[in-house]
Amino acid sequence: MESILQQTPRGLYCARGDFYVDPRFPVARAVITHAHSDHARWGCLKYLAAKPCEHVLRLRMSADAEFQFLPYGESLVMGGVEISFHPAGHILGSAQIRLEYRGHVVLITGDYKLGTDPTCEAWQPIRCHSMISESTFGLPIYRWPSPESVFQSINLWWRECRDEGKCCLLYGYAIGKSQRLLAGLDPSIGKIYCHGAVEKGNQQYRRTGILLPDTTHVGSVARKHDWKGSIIVAVPSVHGTPWVKKFGYCSTAMASGWMAVRGARRRRFVDRGFVLSDHVDWPTLLTAIDACNPETVWLTHGCTASVARYLNEHGRNAKILDALGRTEGDEDASGDRFDSTTEGLASS
Amino acid sequence: MIHFAALFDAMDRATKTTEKLRALVRYFREATHADASWATYFLCGNKLKQLVPTKRLRVWAAEEAHIPSWLFDESYYAVGDLAETLTLIVPPGQLTESLSLSHWVEQRLMPLRDMQEAAQRAAVVLIWKQSPPNLRLVILKLITSGFRVGVSKTIVTQALAEHAGVSTDVIAHRLMGAWKPTAAFFDQLISKEVHDTLDSQPFPFCLAHSVDHETGPASIGPAKDFAAEWKWDGIRGQVICRNQHVFIWSRGEDLMENRWPEIESAASLLPHGTVLDGEILASRGGDQVLAFAHLQKRIGRKTVTSKLLKECPVVFLAFDLLQDAGEDIRSRPFSERRQRLDCLLSTIDHPNLSRTQLLQGTSWDEWGTIRDRSREMNAEGLMLKRWDARYEVGRVRGVWWKWKVSPHTVDAVLIYAQKGHGKRSGLYSDYTFALWEGETLVPFAKAYSGLTDAEIQSVDQFVRHHTRETFGPVRSVSPELVMEIAFEGLQRSSRHKSGVATRFPRIVRWRHDKKPEDADTLAELIKLLPATE
Repeated sequence: MESILQQTPRGLYCARGDFYVDPRFPVARAVITHAHSDHARWGCLKYLAAKPCEHVLRLRMSADAEFQFLPYGESLVMGGVEISFHPAGHILGSAQIRLEYRGHVVLITGDYKLGTDPTCEAWQPIRCHSMISESTFGLPIYRWPSPESVFQSINLWWRECRDEGKCCLLYGYAIGKSQRLLAGLDPSIGKIYCHGAVEKGNQQYRRTGILLPDTTHVGSVARKHDWKGSIIVAVPSVHGTPWVKKFGYCSTAMASGWMAVRGARRRRFVDRGFVLSDHVDWPTLLTAIDACNPETVWLTHGCTASVARYLNEHGRNAKILDALGRTEGDEDASGDRFDSTTEGLASS
Repeated sequence: MIHFAALFDAMDRATKTTEKLRALVRYFREATHADASWATYFLCGNKLKQLVPTKRLRVWAAEEAHIPSWLFDESYYAVGDLAETLTLIVPPGQLTESLSLSHWVEQRLMPLRDMQEAAQRAAVVLIWKQSPPNLRLVILKLITSGFRVGVSKTIVTQALAEHAGVSTDVIAHRLMGAWKPTAAFFDQLISKEVHDTLDSQPFPFCLAHSVDHETGPASIGPAKDFAAEWKWDGIRGQVICRNQHVFIWSRGEDLMENRWPEIESAASLLPHGTVLDGEILASRGGDQVLAFAHLQKRIGRKTVTSKLLKECPVVFLAFDLLQDAGEDIRSRPFSERRQRLDCLLSTIDHPNLSRTQLLQGTSWDEWGTIRDRSREMNAEGLMLKRWDARYEVGRVRGVWWKWKVSPHTVDAVLIYAQKGHGKRSGLYSDYTFALWEGETLVPFAKAYSGLTDAEIQSVDQFVRHHTRETFGPVRSVSPELVMEIAFEGLQRSSRHKSGVATRFPRIVRWRHDKKPEDADTLAELIKLLPATE
């Protein structure tokens, strides 16, 4: 990996191509895995990302910046380094970045998940020499239930609340999780409303050609509206704020991988926690590494030390990439975090 | 079992008492009496004695999940709950047949205890294979004796009362003492008919509220309406003498058999049908109560040697009479009960069975002056009891008040942190605090409570970013945070590095205004040791 990428205080840097991958601070040229703002920072001069990422990325970045988008699988060369994007399955337009220099291949997974999600292209394994993988949920306690069963529970919860005369408040991140949730809701149960930040994300998803059920912006609804039986998809940061008061008698729920652990669920003070994550869980993390079959695995985010030790004990060469000075166990520093500072569009 | 697991989920989920109550009543209505009896048993906090050693469960779970044991431990630290770790770490199973709660407990769980290891392993693995996550969590909580749910015995009692159409006081009484969770018990529990109680059955304890430190006792009413006595720091207990048998119950409803032989023999002198409420204390006779540290030598000893009996004699100081000559007098006013208590015990002059002294005084000021002597008396403060009040069930406002002396406090530095449990699982919420001895910080107390959720979050962040060393689940952090720690008492201890042990240490506030060098010294703490030791 070192021949192509170096760790620097600003993030992973490719000197030959003179670009950063998901830099932490504004730089001249940024190559971006996906549009969540802990990966796509505001203020860079030039951005390069996957084509399906275009609308969601532009939504969050300054219009003054220079953008370039590359369809999945196509490549361009910068300073002799071949760059290509491959579906990561995390959110719409999310990509694994493949860098190749003189026959050596480095793969930066960014955030990724295996399994089905109708709102983005499915993850694909990429053979590589070095794989930089996230390990946000890299403990064997994280085993995601099937998305079908989770959506069944979500729709059942909505139906029960409707029958009890309540409205439902379902929390997910403005971009990615919210749209995945929307795509799994059963519109025959009731009307779907969205928080302003979510609605902005929806527009970009629809522009990109993703099919979502009809939604109404909460802000466009007249005062004294009767919310009974409806569901409102909102960003988590509104929980407990005056914004939610207008909905009256309601049940609240959070959809996130963290909801797998009861303690985390109880801390959120929401009524329900649905285990729905856009990251790899323990079994799929191991599957993905086996499928990419790298000589060296570098781990970043979350349980890096545990995953590295496990892999080393199982015949792989694994190392810790201490991205962001995040220490092991600092789980909350991912796109799945609850009070996400990445929700730059939290105002409605 | 599915219904019980669903009830557990509902309790876990519900944030409002009314929702919990509704779910409980619904469960009791729909369950068979055999199931309802077990559910009541567990919901009231009773546990099955350990069925499988937890060490074995850990090993088997790791094997089933194909992970090394260190990774099981890492996972456990992250989850902060053993049963939940055992639930999450093994790939989920499939429910094959739906069995009732009583069937599960009696046919599948209780037999585990007497099985050979191999058979036990096979049975546990089968449980894993046949249980989806929510069911599995409840089963493993029962197996590990860790079943706890966010519902108080009071709420369970209320739900049973509502379901049965019987008053909560009656249900509370029927739930006291040792009972077997059978269908027949549940029939009796919800029966509208009056039935005789067992000889051993204690009454529900009356509990006190705290007098607000700021406003003082004036806010609870005029002093003349109250009796005052020392609030002793011992073991609250009920002494029962019925049909020549003596039973001593703790407040936690443990039947303390053979633990206090001198009190048992003294109580056998009581007439049939007597129930006393009072406090077990280490004593040199009469009101000469010794510090809690002395009593601690007796606590936890299953067998009491004659040497120990001589070294640490105890006394039961009665402060209330609940049953007198077979008559339940709990509804009589305290003035009458106390008079009957005096009358009863004046005939039995015994060094191990006596009664509390009521304190002389007519005003709060007078009692306040007396209260200032609490520490030298080895008391925690004063108890104030309304003369005209009945003996209530549980913590009823306005009847009994505890007017405790202010706790000791010191400013200490946070030096170690560990992840917490339950709602705080995964968060660094359990802390060790230290005081200065010259240039070094000496750990002296662990504290878990007192900070707000937001403060815990920020300490958690601090710990993650200021870790110096990691010892298993414990992290040492740079000594920067200063907190004010309150505690009730202090005693010498050879097991603590600091040489002293504190009782009930807790965090009063985070001293953002203080630097670590402003924290207190160990010498200052040692000055607080009671002089009698």
